[in-house]
Amino acid sequence: MIELRQLEHTYADLPIRYPDWQVEDQGHALILGTSGSGKTTLLHLICGLLKPTAGEILFNGQSFAGLSTKKRDRFRGEHIGIVFQRPHLVKSLTVLENLKLAAYLSGKKVSSDKYLHVLEALQLGDLKKRKAHELSEGQAQRVSIARAVIHDPILLAADEPTASLDDANCSRVLHLLKQQASDRNATLLIATHDHRIKSSFTNQLVL
Amino acid sequence: MNLVFLSFRSIVFKPLSSLLSILLFGFGLAIILLILLVSTHLKNEINTNAQGVDLVIGAKGSPLQLILANVFHIDFPTGNIPLKDAAKLTRNRLIKSAIPLSLGDSYAGYRIVGTTTAYLTLYNATVAEGKWDESEMKAVIGWNVSQQLGLRLGDTFSSTHGLAEMGAGHEENPFEVTGILAPSGTVLDDLMLTTIGSVWHVHGHAEDHPAHNDSLHALVTIPHLGLQVTSEQLENEEITSLLIKYASPMAAIRLPQLVNKDSNFQAASPAFETARLFTLIGTGVDVMNVLGLVIIIISAISVFIALVNSLKERKYELAIMRSMGASRLHIFTHVLLEGMMLTIGGTFFGFVLAHAGFQSLGLISESMQTDGLFFVIQEIDVLIGSFAMGIISAIVPAVMAYRSDISKTLAKG
Repeated sequence: MIELRQLEHTYADLPIRYPDWQVEDQGHALILGTSGSGKTTLLHLICGLLKPTAGEILFNGQSFAGLSTKKRDRFRGEHIGIVFQRPHLVKSLTVLENLKLAAYLSGKKVSSDKYLHVLEALQLGDLKKRKAHELSEGQAQRVSIARAVIHDPILLAADEPTASLDDANCSRVLHLLKQQASDRNATLLIATHDHRIKSSFTNQLVL
Repeated sequence: MNLVFLSFRSIVFKPLSSLLSILLFGFGLAIILLILLVSTHLKNEINTNAQGVDLVIGAKGSPLQLILANVFHIDFPTGNIPLKDAAKLTRNRLIKSAIPLSLGDSYAGYRIVGTTTAYLTLYNATVAEGKWDESEMKAVIGWNVSQQLGLRLGDTFSSTHGLAEMGAGHEENPFEVTGILAPSGTVLDDLMLTTIGSVWHVHGHAEDHPAHNDSLHALVTIPHLGLQVTSEQLENEEITSLLIKYASPMAAIRLPQLVNKDSNFQAASPAFETARLFTLIGTGVDVMNVLGLVIIIISAISVFIALVNSLKERKYELAIMRSMGASRLHIFTHVLLEGMMLTIGGTFFGFVLAHAGFQSLGLISESMQTDGLFFVIQEIDVLIGSFAMGIISAIVPAVMAYRSDISKTLAKG
C-alpha cells in the first residue's frame, strides 16, 4: 500500500532522512516519534501535502512525484482521509453540513443514508443539526473522524489524534479509528508520540 | 453543498461585520446613483422646457437671468421692452415665429404670464377643462396650480405685483378662471396664463386715456406676434420678452449678433445658457460624486479587511479543506465569492435606497415630480463599476488564500 524509498525532506535547511518502510494493504501502522522528529512531516509527505526533496513514496505502487498540484489535491481528496490533531471544523456549518462539504470536496457522491450511518457509528446522530462551534472538543474530534471517512478512503491517516485526550477517551478514539478503517478495508496510519497506543500496533516506524 | 452555499454561510456567520460592509457599500452607491437620477431628471426637465425655443429676446441684463426668468420661470425678469420695437424686430425674415410674454405678477407664489395661445402650442399643451378666452381678465391655469390652490372654473383671484407671495395687491382687478390645462410635464403646469392685454389692464395703462381720440383706438394687428392691439397700446405698452424660433440655421449666427449689437435688446440662447448652467452645477455634482466614491472606496477597504480577518481565523479550516481535496482554485473562488456576495448585497441595497430616495424627493418638493422606477442607462455603468470594485477588494485576500502553504499551516495546528 505505502512504500518509502530513500525518502528525504529538507525543512529550514535541516534535511531529514527517513528509513525505508512499508505498510501493507489494509494494515494498521504507527509512526512514533517525539515532537520535532519529523513524524507530521512524514505524514504530510505520504498524504501528498508536501513534496519530498529526494527519494520517493509509492502509493499502491504509484508515485505522487509526477502529479501536478491540482491532480494531487484531487487524488488526496478521493483516496485519503486525514484526521488532524485539532478538529478545525468549518465553524459556520452544522455537523451534517461539514460532512457534506467533505463529500463535495472529495468529488464522490454520498447517499443521505450514508451520512446518517456514519453519524450513528460515531455517536453523533443527535448532533447533526448542531453548529460546529457549539460542540465539545470530544464531539468535534468525532466529527473530524466522520469527515475523514465519509467518502470511503483507502487510507485513513491521523496526526496525533489522542494527544490531548484522557486515557478513557484515548482508547475510545483509537477504537473508533480502527473500526472505521476496518469497516472500509482501509489502511490506517497514525503519527503520534503517545506511548499509550503503542501496544496496539505491530507495524511501527520509530523516528 | 457547493461553494456558493459555503460562502453564503460564511457571511451569515459574521452578521455584524457583513452588515457593516453592505451598509457602507450601499450608502456610497446610493449617493452616486441619486445624483445621477436627479441630474438626469433635471436635464430632462430643462430640455423639455427649452424645446422649440431657439432664442429669447428681452431687456438687457444677464443672459442667464433672461433664460431663467422667461423659459423656466425661476428668476426675476430683466425688465421690459417696448412693444413697438419688438413688433418691428420680429418682422425680420430670420424669425419663423415669436411668442410674446409679459411677466411680473403672481398669485399665491404662482406666476401669471401674459401671452398668446402660441405658448400652449409650443409645449403641445391642451386645455383639460374650460377654454382659452381672448377677452380681458380671464385666466387659464396650469394643472399643479389648480391642484395646489384648489381653483376651479369660474373661481376668481386677484394678482399681486411682483413674484413674491407677499406683494402689493391688484384687488380691484380680479381674474376669472376659464380653463385648466391638462398636465404636460412642462413649466406650464405651474403657471397661470392670461392675455397680454389683461396684464396691461391690471396695471391700469389701458384706462389712462379717455376715449375721445379715435385714431388712438384703431385696432392694429401684429400678425407675427398673434396680437391685436390699439395703436395707442402699440405706442406705449411694453412686454417682457419674445420666445423666438429661427427660420433657418443661418439665423442662429446672424440673429443674436443683430439683436445684441444693433438694438437695445439682448438675445440669449437657452441651449447655450443651460449648458453654461450645467457646468456651474457640474462642479457641485462632481464634489458629491467624489464623496460617494470615497464612501465606496472605504467600503471596499472594509470588505477587504473583513475578508483578511476572516481568512486569518479560518486558515486552518481552509487548509483542511485543501487536505480534503479542494484545489487552490476552489479556495480562491470561495473567498472571491464571499467578497462578491457582500458587494452584490451592498449594490442591491444601494439601488433600492437611491430609487426610494428619488421617489421621496417628489414628496418633499412640490415642483419635482419623481418616479422611483425611473431608470437611467448610466446606472448599468455604475452597476458594472460596483461589481468591479467588489472583485478588486476580494482578489487580494483570494490570492492570499490561494497561495497559503497548507502543510505549514496544518503542522502548526
